[in-house]
Amino acid sequence: MTQPLLATPMSDWIADLLPALPAGWAAVLAALVHTALIGAFFGLPAFFFIWAERKVAGRIQDRLGPTRVGGRFGWLQSLADGIKLIQKEDLAPQAADVVLFRLAPYLAVVAVFVAFMFIPFSDGWVVMALDVGLFVALAVLSLEVLGIVLAGYSSGSKWSLFGGMREAAQMVSYEIPLGITTVIPVVVAGSLNLGEIVAMQSGWFTNWLVFNSPFTFLAFFVFFVVTLASNKRAPFDLAEAESELVGGFHTEYSGMRWSFFFLAEYAAMFFVSALAVLLFLGGWWTGIAPIDAAFAGMAETSPALGYLGRVVGMLVFLAKSGILVFVQIWIRWSLPRLRIDQVMTTCLKYLIPISCVLFLGAVLWPLTLASVVKRPTLLPPTGFVHEAPIGERVPPSRRVSRTQGTGVGLVDDAEIPALVRQETRRGDR
Amino acid sequence: MAVFLFMIFALGACGSALAIVLSQNVVRMAFFLVTALASSAGLFFLLNADFIGAIQLLIYVGGTVVLLVFGVMLTSSAPVLAIKSHPAEVLQAAVIGAAFLALVASTVLAVDWAGNRDKLAGYEAEQFRQRHHGREIPRGFNPEGEGNTVRSLGTALLGLRFDKDLGTSDHLHGELSTGYLLPFEIISVHLLVVLIGAAYLARAKRRPENVER
Repeated sequence: MTQPLLATPMSDWIADLLPALPAGWAAVLAALVHTALIGAFFGLPAFFFIWAERKVAGRIQDRLGPTRVGGRFGWLQSLADGIKLIQKEDLAPQAADVVLFRLAPYLAVVAVFVAFMFIPFSDGWVVMALDVGLFVALAVLSLEVLGIVLAGYSSGSKWSLFGGMREAAQMVSYEIPLGITTVIPVVVAGSLNLGEIVAMQSGWFTNWLVFNSPFTFLAFFVFFVVTLASNKRAPFDLAEAESELVGGFHTEYSGMRWSFFFLAEYAAMFFVSALAVLLFLGGWWTGIAPIDAAFAGMAETSPALGYLGRVVGMLVFLAKSGILVFVQIWIRWSLPRLRIDQVMTTCLKYLIPISCVLFLGAVLWPLTLASVVKRPTLLPPTGFVHEAPIGERVPPSRRVSRTQGTGVGLVDDAEIPALVRQETRRGDR
Repeated sequence: MAVFLFMIFALGACGSALAIVLSQNVVRMAFFLVTALASSAGLFFLLNADFIGAIQLLIYVGGTVVLLVFGVMLTSSAPVLAIKSHPAEVLQAAVIGAAFLALVASTVLAVDWAGNRDKLAGYEAEQFRQRHHGREIPRGFNPEGEGNTVRSLGTALLGLRFDKDLGTSDHLHGELSTGYLLPFEIISVHLLVVLIGAAYLARAKRRPENVER
């Protein structure tokens, strides 16, 4: 029995649903469905967070924020903004390099959109469950900076050029601490696959990687600060810097192109919060072992309960990410802006040594513990899925798609790693 | 389907390369370099080399080209910004390019692709499967089974070739395949030297004091 969204990959389900499809088209249709879903998760959080930003900003500044459009709380303010922006004139300055000027917002949006492909929203609900998922997500996110820098250059305005150059300098500064603090939970979990990293955080919330060692605890905060820099959020918003640079890199943009930049920014805020939740805060697990065990066990009994478990996981995940986005908004409206030399000093002179020390500590922590208390974690393992220390957990294997895959056929399977695990486990018993 | 995707990425790579050559604006050339490298990354993903594709995106597109655009944008003045080539230069470049294309094409056509297919990892997996009597092997380490070159690459860089050694009797007798730990360490030291050298070359130079008589 095929169970889309539960046990059967989407392309297999479509192939079974429409057997008359020629080969390969099932994967294309599945890709279209995934694109629509990712588009929804890209646009709706941005829609919501723009409204949330205005309300939270208002409350912090002792005023109400939007209260008229769509009821007492201004729910539809984002929609009104969108309609206003769509009907604005799409102009480009005469001194601008028109091709690059028109292209830059799309680069930023596409980079963030593609990065969403690798985030699991719940157990198994991911577009591409790559073994290098985290790595590719970060690689693609670095394309967004290219969009900003090109926008800054091609606008033909000195404010834009300053904004673009500041953003380039900022990118060079934050990329290294971002990489190192991202590698710390990877080292603890042993995989770059985001689904596996979250699967290893099942059980009580003490299994979350943020509580794994003091080094990962601090790494979470460093990661959060560095992702603030990567999103150009205050106190790192010099690329935009309304009080200094008119509009920074988006000075000369109007209408829908301007809104693309902001769509990219809010979607990126949601993306990095989602990454922080997946890497450090337990992903879609609620952190209370009996509830998680109940939800995970439900999939065995009936598909409907399995879906319910997945949906609850997704809601938990969205709630956690939303809290982190709220913290980002809160920080923006509380702290003043840094100068570019302060940003570079912070990232290059302070955060790099700090993240290197944290990395060293996170690597040595399980080794020291293994010699002192004979296990790699401070607390006894409590994962309900596997009663094994975090470094030795193997996520349950699921049926693999038989219709997906490019079929180039040169390098087909590498079953050896899975067999390695089987061999090792069998040998241990 | 694979051919269609390959066509898209191949057109992207070749078209961008042509655009780099034919464009006359340096910043647009840098942008077309981005699209050419991203298309190459797409070709890597099509070959199931997911790690290499990700590295290509991260290092070439995300890093090198951003710095290139940075440098080009800040340092290019008007004569460099719009490059107009002399027809003689165009002819020279076309001749050299055609000669190189002929060389590469003849080399590619001379390779025995069918014979090399057996030497790739799929063949080794097939051998492995036969050694274990055709049992159904769960594909890949991650549940959805997509992209699984990272683990072998990572452990190989640590000196452990489990894709070659596991299941053979060599590891019982203590003869393991050589991993890539030594080259990895050599490259690490090399990069450290490069960092130190770059920091030294870019240091702020002290101006000699002017002595007042």
